[in-house]
Amino acid sequence: MGEVPVQVTVNGRHREEVVEPRLTLADFLRDLCRLTGTHLGCEHGVCGACTVLVDGAAVRSCLMFAVQADGADVTTIEGVASSEGDLSTVQAAFRDCHGLQCGFCTPGFVMSVTAFLRDHPSPTEEQIREALSGTLCRCTGYQGIFKAVRQAADAGECGERP
Amino acid sequence: MKPAPFDYHTPETAADAAHLLAQLGDGAKVLAGGQSLVPMLALRLAVFEHLVDIGRVAELQGIEVRGDGLWIGAGTTQARVEASDEAASSVPLLTRVTPFIGHFQIRNRGTLGGSIAHADPAAEYPAVALALDATMHVTSSKGSRTIAANDFFDGLWTTTMEADELLAGVTFPIWSGRRGFGVEEFARRHGDFAIAGATVGVELDDADRIGRCAIGLIGLGSTPERAETAEAELVGRPVTDVEPDDVGRLAMAGLGSVPDDLHGSAEFRLRVGAAMVARAWTTASAEARRG
Repeated sequence: MGEVPVQVTVNGRHREEVVEPRLTLADFLRDLCRLTGTHLGCEHGVCGACTVLVDGAAVRSCLMFAVQADGADVTTIEGVASSEGDLSTVQAAFRDCHGLQCGFCTPGFVMSVTAFLRDHPSPTEEQIREALSGTLCRCTGYQGIFKAVRQAADAGECGERP
Repeated sequence: MKPAPFDYHTPETAADAAHLLAQLGDGAKVLAGGQSLVPMLALRLAVFEHLVDIGRVAELQGIEVRGDGLWIGAGTTQARVEASDEAASSVPLLTRVTPFIGHFQIRNRGTLGGSIAHADPAAEYPAVALALDATMHVTSSKGSRTIAANDFFDGLWTTTMEADELLAGVTFPIWSGRRGFGVEEFARRHGDFAIAGATVGVELDDADRIGRCAIGLIGLGSTPERAETAEAELVGRPVTDVEPDDVGRLAMAGLGSVPDDLHGSAEFRLRVGAAMVARAWTTASAEARRG
Protein backbone atom coordinates (compact mmCIF):
# COMPACT_ATOMS: atom_id res chain seq x y z
CA MET A 1 0.00 0.00 0.00
CA GLY A 2 1.31 3.40 -0.99
CA GLU A 3 3.35 5.59 1.25
CA VAL A 4 2.51 9.29 1.35
CA PRO A 5 4.67 12.38 1.85
CA VAL A 6 3.83 14.52 4.89
CA GLN A 7 5.01 17.97 5.86
CA VAL A 8 4.30 19.13 9.38
CA THR A 9 5.66 21.89 11.57
CA VAL A 10 6.32 20.43 15.01
CA ASN A 11 7.12 22.87 17.82
CA GLY A 12 8.23 25.40 15.22
CA ARG A 13 10.44 22.98 13.35
CA HIS A 14 9.63 21.87 9.81
CA ARG A 15 9.47 18.09 9.27
CA GLU A 16 9.14 16.17 6.03
CA GLU A 17 8.66 12.42 6.01
CA VAL A 18 7.22 9.75 3.77
CA VAL A 19 4.91 7.55 5.81
CA GLU A 20 2.39 4.75 5.66
CA PRO A 21 -1.10 6.27 5.83
CA ARG A 22 -1.93 4.11 8.86
CA LEU A 23 0.78 5.77 10.94
CA THR A 24 -0.96 7.79 13.63
CA LEU A 25 0.14 11.30 14.42
CA ALA A 26 1.13 10.00 17.87
CA ASP A 27 3.49 7.39 16.39
CA PHE A 28 4.79 9.99 13.91
CA LEU A 29 5.72 12.29 16.79
CA ARG A 30 7.20 9.58 18.96
CA ASP A 31 8.97 7.35 16.44
CA LEU A 32 9.96 9.70 13.62
CA CYS A 33 10.33 13.02 15.45
CA ARG A 34 11.67 11.26 18.57
CA LEU A 35 9.41 13.43 20.69
CA THR A 36 8.50 10.81 23.26
CA GLY A 37 6.82 13.25 25.65
CA THR A 38 3.54 12.48 23.89
CA HIS A 39 2.37 9.35 25.70
CA LEU A 40 0.19 6.58 24.36
CA GLY A 41 -2.14 4.97 26.86
CA CYS A 42 -5.18 3.34 25.31
CA GLU A 43 -4.56 4.11 21.62
CA HIS A 44 -8.27 4.37 20.91
CA GLY A 45 -9.23 7.81 22.10
CA VAL A 46 -10.34 7.22 25.67
CA CYS A 47 -7.47 8.15 27.98
CA GLY A 48 -6.30 11.47 26.51
CA ALA A 49 -2.61 10.94 27.33
CA CYS A 50 -1.62 11.54 23.69
CA THR A 51 -3.30 14.96 23.40
CA VAL A 52 -1.38 17.52 21.30
CA LEU A 53 -2.32 20.81 19.66
CA VAL A 54 -2.98 20.72 15.91
CA ASP A 55 -3.31 24.25 14.55
CA GLY A 56 -4.02 25.25 18.14
CA ALA A 57 -6.82 22.74 18.76
CA ALA A 58 -6.35 20.05 21.41
CA VAL A 59 -6.81 16.66 19.73
CA ARG A 60 -6.11 13.01 20.41
CA SER A 61 -3.01 12.24 18.35
CA CYS A 62 -3.89 8.51 18.41
CA LEU A 63 -7.16 9.26 16.59
CA MET A 64 -5.53 11.13 13.76
CA PHE A 65 -3.30 9.80 11.03
CA ALA A 66 -0.09 11.71 10.38
CA VAL A 67 -1.21 12.18 6.76
CA GLN A 68 -4.27 14.08 8.02
CA ALA A 69 -1.92 16.56 9.69
CA ASP A 70 -0.18 17.39 6.40
CA GLY A 71 0.45 21.13 6.36
CA ALA A 72 -0.51 21.56 10.01
CA ASP A 73 1.25 23.24 12.90
CA VAL A 74 1.64 20.78 15.78
CA THR A 75 2.60 21.59 19.36
CA THR A 76 3.61 18.82 21.74
CA ILE A 77 4.52 18.87 25.42
CA GLU A 78 8.13 19.53 24.37
CA GLY A 79 6.98 22.81 22.84
CA VAL A 80 4.85 24.39 25.57
CA ALA A 81 7.60 26.10 27.56
CA SER A 82 9.24 29.18 26.12
CA SER A 83 12.76 27.83 26.49
CA GLU A 84 14.64 24.67 27.41
CA GLY A 85 14.54 24.07 31.16
CA ASP A 86 11.65 26.45 31.74
CA LEU A 87 8.14 25.41 32.66
CA SER A 88 5.01 26.91 31.15
CA THR A 89 2.46 28.45 33.53
CA VAL A 90 0.39 25.28 33.35
CA GLN A 91 3.38 22.98 33.92
CA ALA A 92 4.53 25.05 36.90
CA ALA A 93 1.04 24.91 38.40
CA PHE A 94 0.96 21.11 38.06
CA ARG A 95 4.28 20.92 39.92
CA ASP A 96 3.17 23.35 42.63
CA CYS A 97 -0.18 21.67 43.26
CA HIS A 98 0.92 18.03 43.14
CA GLY A 99 -1.01 17.63 39.92
CA LEU A 100 1.01 14.57 38.98
CA GLN A 101 2.42 11.46 40.53
CA CYS A 102 3.73 8.93 38.01
CA GLY A 103 3.47 11.51 35.25
CA PHE A 104 2.21 9.24 32.50
CA CYS A 105 -1.00 11.16 31.89
CA THR A 106 0.58 14.56 32.54
CA PRO A 107 1.51 15.55 28.96
CA GLY A 108 -2.08 15.00 27.88
CA PHE A 109 -3.42 17.01 30.81
CA VAL A 110 -0.97 19.85 30.22
CA MET A 111 -1.79 20.10 26.50
CA SER A 112 -5.55 19.97 27.10
CA VAL A 113 -5.40 22.49 29.93
CA THR A 114 -3.15 24.80 27.90
CA ALA A 115 -5.75 24.95 25.11
CA PHE A 116 -8.64 25.16 27.58
CA LEU A 117 -7.23 28.14 29.50
CA ARG A 118 -6.35 29.95 26.29
CA ASP A 119 -10.03 29.70 25.28
CA HIS A 120 -11.47 30.11 28.82
CA PRO A 121 -9.11 32.40 30.74
CA SER A 122 -11.53 32.74 33.69
CA PRO A 123 -13.16 29.33 33.96
CA THR A 124 -15.83 28.31 36.45
CA GLU A 125 -15.33 25.21 38.61
CA GLU A 126 -17.78 23.31 36.47
CA GLN A 127 -15.96 24.28 33.27
CA ILE A 128 -12.66 23.09 34.74
CA ARG A 129 -14.14 19.74 35.78
CA GLU A 130 -15.67 19.29 32.36
CA ALA A 131 -12.40 20.20 30.64
CA LEU A 132 -10.53 17.63 32.75
CA SER A 133 -13.10 14.89 32.12
CA GLY A 134 -11.53 13.93 28.80
CA THR A 135 -8.24 12.81 30.32
CA LEU A 136 -7.70 9.91 32.69
CA CYS A 137 -5.33 9.87 35.68
CA ARG A 138 -4.99 6.53 37.45
CA CYS A 139 -2.77 7.43 40.38
CA THR A 140 -2.71 10.82 42.01
CA GLY A 141 -6.39 11.65 41.66
CA TYR A 142 -7.96 14.72 40.21
CA GLN A 143 -7.99 17.17 43.14
CA GLY A 144 -4.38 18.27 42.67
CA ILE A 145 -4.94 18.56 38.94
CA PHE A 146 -8.04 20.65 39.52
CA LYS A 147 -6.10 22.95 41.86
CA ALA A 148 -3.33 23.27 39.29
CA VAL A 149 -5.80 24.47 36.66
CA ARG A 150 -7.27 26.95 39.14
CA GLN A 151 -3.80 28.26 39.99
CA ALA A 152 -2.77 28.55 36.33
CA ALA A 153 -6.02 30.36 35.52
CA ASP A 154 -5.55 32.77 38.42
CA ALA A 155 -1.96 33.41 37.33
CA GLY A 156 -3.19 34.41 33.87
CA GLU A 157 -0.66 34.49 31.04
CA CYS A 158 -1.94 31.28 29.56
CA GLY A 159 -1.21 32.36 26.07
CA GLU A 160 -2.88 33.39 22.86
CA ARG A 161 -4.25 31.16 20.17
CA PRO A 162 -1.53 30.77 17.49
CA MET B 1 0.92 0.70 13.92
CA LYS B 2 -2.37 -0.80 14.98
CA PRO B 3 -4.74 -0.39 12.00
CA ALA B 4 -4.38 -2.72 9.00
CA PRO B 5 -2.76 -1.09 5.97
CA PHE B 6 -4.89 1.01 3.63
CA ASP B 7 -4.49 3.35 0.71
CA TYR B 8 -5.24 6.98 1.43
CA HIS B 9 -7.12 9.33 -0.88
CA THR B 10 -7.57 13.08 -0.53
CA PRO B 11 -10.23 14.36 -2.92
CA GLU B 12 -10.62 18.12 -3.13
CA THR B 13 -14.28 18.22 -4.17
CA ALA B 14 -17.39 16.28 -3.17
CA ALA B 15 -17.71 15.09 -6.76
CA ASP B 16 -14.18 13.68 -6.67
CA ALA B 17 -14.92 11.97 -3.35
CA ALA B 18 -18.09 10.42 -4.78
CA HIS B 19 -16.21 9.32 -7.89
CA LEU B 20 -13.58 7.61 -5.73
CA LEU B 21 -16.25 5.79 -3.72
CA ALA B 22 -17.82 4.50 -6.95
CA GLN B 23 -14.47 3.46 -8.35
CA LEU B 24 -13.09 1.79 -5.23
CA GLY B 25 -16.24 -0.12 -4.28
CA ASP B 26 -16.93 -1.86 -0.98
CA GLY B 27 -13.33 -1.73 0.20
CA ALA B 28 -13.50 2.03 0.57
CA LYS B 29 -14.68 4.06 3.55
CA VAL B 30 -15.12 7.79 4.04
CA LEU B 31 -12.84 9.28 6.69
CA ALA B 32 -14.19 12.51 8.19
CA GLY B 33 -13.07 13.46 11.72
CA GLY B 34 -12.15 9.86 12.46
CA GLN B 35 -13.29 9.95 16.09
CA SER B 36 -15.38 6.80 15.68
CA LEU B 37 -13.72 5.25 12.64
CA VAL B 38 -10.10 5.42 13.82
CA PRO B 39 -10.77 3.58 17.13
CA MET B 40 -12.59 0.89 15.15
CA LEU B 41 -9.60 0.63 12.80
CA ALA B 42 -7.16 0.59 15.74
CA LEU B 43 -9.07 -2.27 17.36
CA ARG B 44 -9.48 -3.90 13.93
CA LEU B 45 -13.22 -4.05 14.41
CA ALA B 46 -13.22 -2.57 10.91
CA VAL B 47 -10.75 -3.03 8.05
CA PHE B 48 -10.83 -1.08 4.78
CA GLU B 49 -8.48 -1.15 1.80
CA HIS B 50 -9.09 2.51 1.04
CA LEU B 51 -9.87 5.55 3.14
CA VAL B 52 -11.27 8.58 1.35
CA ASP B 53 -10.45 11.58 3.54
CA ILE B 54 -13.03 14.35 3.05
CA GLY B 55 -11.31 16.61 5.60
CA ARG B 56 -9.95 18.89 2.88
CA VAL B 57 -13.16 19.30 0.90
CA ALA B 58 -14.13 22.93 1.51
CA GLU B 59 -17.65 22.63 0.07
CA LEU B 60 -18.51 20.05 2.74
CA GLN B 61 -17.94 22.57 5.50
CA GLY B 62 -20.01 25.46 6.71
CA ILE B 63 -23.13 26.51 8.59
CA GLU B 64 -25.71 28.72 6.90
CA VAL B 65 -29.41 29.48 6.76
CA ARG B 66 -30.86 28.26 3.46
CA GLY B 67 -34.57 29.02 3.07
CA ASP B 68 -36.42 27.80 6.16
CA GLY B 69 -33.64 25.48 7.25
CA LEU B 70 -30.13 25.55 8.65
CA TRP B 71 -27.69 23.77 6.36
CA ILE B 72 -24.58 22.29 7.93
CA GLY B 73 -21.87 20.74 5.78
CA ALA B 74 -21.16 17.14 6.74
CA GLY B 75 -17.49 17.87 7.34
CA THR B 76 -18.16 20.70 9.82
CA THR B 77 -16.59 19.94 13.19
CA GLN B 78 -18.75 19.57 16.26
CA ALA B 79 -16.65 22.31 17.90
CA ARG B 80 -17.67 24.68 15.12
CA VAL B 81 -21.34 23.79 15.54
CA GLU B 82 -20.99 24.33 19.29
CA ALA B 83 -19.53 27.82 18.78
CA SER B 84 -21.83 28.86 15.93
CA ASP B 85 -24.07 31.89 16.53
CA GLU B 86 -26.09 30.86 13.48
CA ALA B 87 -26.85 27.46 15.01
CA ALA B 88 -27.60 28.97 18.42
CA SER B 89 -30.24 31.30 17.01
CA SER B 90 -31.72 28.99 14.33
CA VAL B 91 -31.56 25.50 15.81
CA PRO B 92 -30.78 25.91 19.53
CA LEU B 93 -31.19 22.19 20.13
CA LEU B 94 -27.92 21.61 18.23
CA THR B 95 -26.10 24.07 20.45
CA ARG B 96 -27.52 22.48 23.59
CA VAL B 97 -26.76 18.92 22.59
CA THR B 98 -23.22 19.36 21.27
CA PRO B 99 -21.45 19.64 24.66
CA PHE B 100 -22.73 16.13 25.43
CA ILE B 101 -20.65 14.68 22.58
CA GLY B 102 -17.47 13.10 23.95
CA HIS B 103 -15.02 15.71 25.23
CA PHE B 104 -13.82 18.98 23.75
CA GLN B 105 -10.76 17.26 22.30
CA ILE B 106 -13.07 14.87 20.42
CA ARG B 107 -15.35 17.68 19.23
CA ASN B 108 -12.34 19.51 17.77
CA ARG B 109 -12.01 16.70 15.21
CA GLY B 110 -15.39 14.96 15.14
CA THR B 111 -17.84 16.13 12.49
CA LEU B 112 -21.60 16.53 12.34
CA GLY B 113 -21.87 14.40 9.21
CA GLY B 114 -19.55 11.75 10.58
CA SER B 115 -21.70 11.36 13.66
CA ILE B 116 -24.91 11.11 11.63
CA ALA B 117 -23.49 8.77 8.99
CA HIS B 118 -22.02 6.56 11.73
CA ALA B 119 -25.60 6.28 13.07
CA ASP B 120 -24.82 5.22 16.60
CA PRO B 121 -28.10 4.89 18.51
CA ALA B 122 -26.44 6.35 21.61
CA ALA B 123 -25.09 9.41 19.78
CA GLU B 124 -26.59 12.86 20.03
CA TYR B 125 -26.82 14.27 16.48
CA PRO B 126 -28.71 11.29 15.00
CA ALA B 127 -31.41 11.68 17.68
CA VAL B 128 -31.66 15.42 17.03
CA ALA B 129 -31.79 14.92 13.26
CA LEU B 130 -34.55 12.36 13.65
CA ALA B 131 -36.60 14.38 16.13
CA LEU B 132 -36.40 17.61 14.11
CA ASP B 133 -37.14 15.95 10.73
CA ALA B 134 -33.79 16.93 9.26
CA THR B 135 -33.03 16.32 5.60
CA MET B 136 -29.88 14.47 4.58
CA HIS B 137 -28.18 15.58 1.38
CA VAL B 138 -26.46 12.63 -0.20
CA THR B 139 -24.27 12.60 -3.26
CA SER B 140 -22.80 9.91 -5.48
CA SER B 141 -21.25 9.63 -8.92
CA LYS B 142 -24.80 9.09 -10.26
CA GLY B 143 -26.12 12.36 -8.81
CA SER B 144 -27.53 13.81 -5.63
CA ARG B 145 -30.64 13.01 -3.62
CA THR B 146 -32.17 13.82 -0.28
CA ILE B 147 -33.22 11.37 2.39
CA ALA B 148 -35.61 12.30 5.20
CA ALA B 149 -34.15 11.54 8.63
CA ASN B 150 -37.12 9.26 9.23
CA ASP B 151 -35.97 7.05 6.34
CA PHE B 152 -32.24 7.34 7.05
CA PHE B 153 -31.44 5.28 10.16
CA ASP B 154 -31.74 1.62 9.31
CA GLY B 155 -30.17 -0.31 12.15
CA LEU B 156 -27.16 -0.34 14.44
CA TRP B 157 -24.48 1.76 12.69
CA THR B 158 -26.44 1.36 9.46
CA THR B 159 -28.12 3.90 7.23
CA THR B 160 -30.06 3.69 3.98
CA MET B 161 -27.20 5.36 2.08
CA GLU B 162 -25.62 3.13 -0.56
CA ALA B 163 -21.94 2.23 -0.18
CA ASP B 164 -21.01 4.64 -2.99
CA GLU B 165 -22.96 7.53 -1.49
CA LEU B 166 -21.48 10.36 0.53
CA LEU B 167 -23.35 12.39 3.14
CA ALA B 168 -22.65 15.94 1.98
CA GLY B 169 -24.77 17.97 4.37
CA VAL B 170 -27.77 18.06 6.65
CA THR B 171 -30.56 20.64 6.76
CA PHE B 172 -32.34 21.16 10.06
CA PRO B 173 -35.77 22.86 10.03
CA ILE B 174 -35.80 26.20 11.85
CA TRP B 175 -38.55 26.51 14.42
CA SER B 176 -39.87 29.98 14.95
CA GLY B 177 -42.36 31.35 17.44
CA ARG B 178 -42.63 30.31 21.07
CA ARG B 179 -40.19 27.46 21.16
CA GLY B 180 -38.22 25.75 23.86
CA PHE B 181 -35.63 22.98 23.92
CA GLY B 182 -34.12 20.63 26.45
CA VAL B 183 -31.47 17.93 26.52
CA GLU B 184 -30.86 15.46 29.33
CA GLU B 185 -28.56 12.50 29.51
CA PHE B 186 -27.53 10.09 32.19
CA ALA B 187 -24.00 8.72 31.82
CA ARG B 188 -21.62 7.26 34.38
CA ARG B 189 -19.01 9.88 33.49
CA HIS B 190 -19.35 13.11 31.56
CA GLY B 191 -18.61 12.42 27.91
CA ASP B 192 -19.42 8.71 28.01
CA PHE B 193 -22.14 7.37 25.80
CA ALA B 194 -25.35 7.83 27.76
CA ILE B 195 -27.22 5.00 29.47
CA ALA B 196 -30.25 6.90 28.19
CA GLY B 197 -30.95 10.42 27.06
CA ALA B 198 -33.59 12.65 25.55
CA THR B 199 -33.76 15.72 23.35
CA VAL B 200 -37.01 17.66 23.42
CA GLY B 201 -38.37 20.55 21.39
CA VAL B 202 -41.75 22.21 22.10
CA GLU B 203 -43.56 24.95 20.23
CA LEU B 204 -46.58 26.69 21.77
CA ASP B 205 -49.34 28.82 20.28
CA ASP B 206 -50.47 32.05 21.91
CA ALA B 207 -52.95 30.17 24.09
CA ASP B 208 -50.15 27.93 25.48
CA ARG B 209 -51.35 24.94 23.49
CA ILE B 210 -48.70 22.60 22.13
CA GLY B 211 -48.38 23.34 18.41
CA ARG B 212 -45.70 20.77 17.82
CA CYS B 213 -43.19 18.79 19.75
CA ALA B 214 -40.22 16.60 18.97
CA ILE B 215 -38.89 13.96 21.33
CA GLY B 216 -35.65 12.23 20.33
CA LEU B 217 -34.41 9.29 22.38
CA ILE B 218 -30.75 8.41 22.87
CA GLY B 219 -29.46 4.94 23.70
CA LEU B 220 -32.89 3.32 23.81
CA GLY B 221 -32.90 1.20 20.67
CA SER B 222 -30.77 -0.19 17.88
CA THR B 223 -31.30 3.11 16.05
CA PRO B 224 -31.95 6.59 17.37
CA GLU B 225 -35.62 6.65 18.35
CA ARG B 226 -38.40 9.18 18.22
CA ALA B 227 -41.35 9.10 20.61
CA GLU B 228 -43.98 9.61 17.92
CA THR B 229 -46.90 8.24 19.92
CA ALA B 230 -46.15 10.61 22.77
CA GLU B 231 -45.79 13.52 20.37
CA ALA B 232 -49.15 12.77 18.76
CA GLU B 233 -50.83 12.60 22.17
CA LEU B 234 -49.35 15.92 23.23
CA VAL B 235 -50.03 18.11 20.20
CA GLY B 236 -53.08 20.31 20.71
CA ARG B 237 -53.12 19.99 24.50
CA PRO B 238 -52.60 23.01 26.79
CA VAL B 239 -49.04 22.73 28.04
CA THR B 240 -50.13 23.53 31.59
CA ASP B 241 -52.19 20.30 31.65
CA VAL B 242 -49.22 18.11 30.83
CA GLU B 243 -47.36 16.34 33.62
CA PRO B 244 -43.69 15.82 32.72
CA ASP B 245 -43.67 12.33 34.27
CA ASP B 246 -46.55 11.35 31.98
CA VAL B 247 -44.56 12.53 28.97
CA GLY B 248 -41.66 10.34 30.15
CA ARG B 249 -43.88 7.30 30.53
CA LEU B 250 -45.60 7.89 27.19
CA ALA B 251 -42.26 8.30 25.44
CA MET B 252 -41.08 4.87 26.61
CA ALA B 253 -44.17 3.09 25.30
CA GLY B 254 -43.59 0.83 22.33
CA LEU B 255 -39.78 0.78 22.43
CA GLY B 256 -38.95 -2.68 21.14
CA SER B 257 -35.18 -3.03 21.19
CA VAL B 258 -33.87 -1.33 24.31
CA PRO B 259 -30.23 -2.35 24.92
CA ASP B 260 -29.73 -4.79 27.76
CA ASP B 261 -26.08 -5.13 28.71
CA LEU B 262 -23.57 -4.78 31.53
CA HIS B 263 -24.00 -0.99 31.53
CA GLY B 264 -27.67 -1.32 32.33
CA SER B 265 -30.63 -3.65 31.93
CA ALA B 266 -33.41 -2.74 29.52
CA GLU B 267 -35.73 -2.14 32.47
CA PHE B 268 -33.25 0.26 34.07
CA ARG B 269 -32.71 2.13 30.81
CA LEU B 270 -36.45 2.58 30.38
CA ARG B 271 -36.73 4.07 33.87
CA VAL B 272 -33.77 6.36 33.23
CA GLY B 273 -35.12 7.25 29.78
CA ALA B 274 -38.51 8.24 31.20
CA ALA B 275 -36.80 10.46 33.77
CA MET B 276 -34.61 12.10 31.11
CA VAL B 277 -37.63 12.83 28.90
CA ALA B 278 -39.52 14.29 31.85
CA ARG B 279 -36.62 16.58 32.77
CA ALA B 280 -35.98 17.68 29.19
CA TRP B 281 -39.70 18.31 28.77
CA THR B 282 -39.73 20.48 31.90
CA THR B 283 -36.86 22.60 30.59
CA ALA B 284 -38.23 22.85 27.05
CA SER B 285 -41.81 23.69 28.01
CA ALA B 286 -40.75 26.30 30.57
CA GLU B 287 -38.57 27.96 27.94
CA ALA B 288 -41.36 27.93 25.38
CA ARG B 289 -43.78 29.52 27.85
CA ARG B 290 -41.33 32.35 28.46
CA GLY B 291 -40.82 32.81 24.70
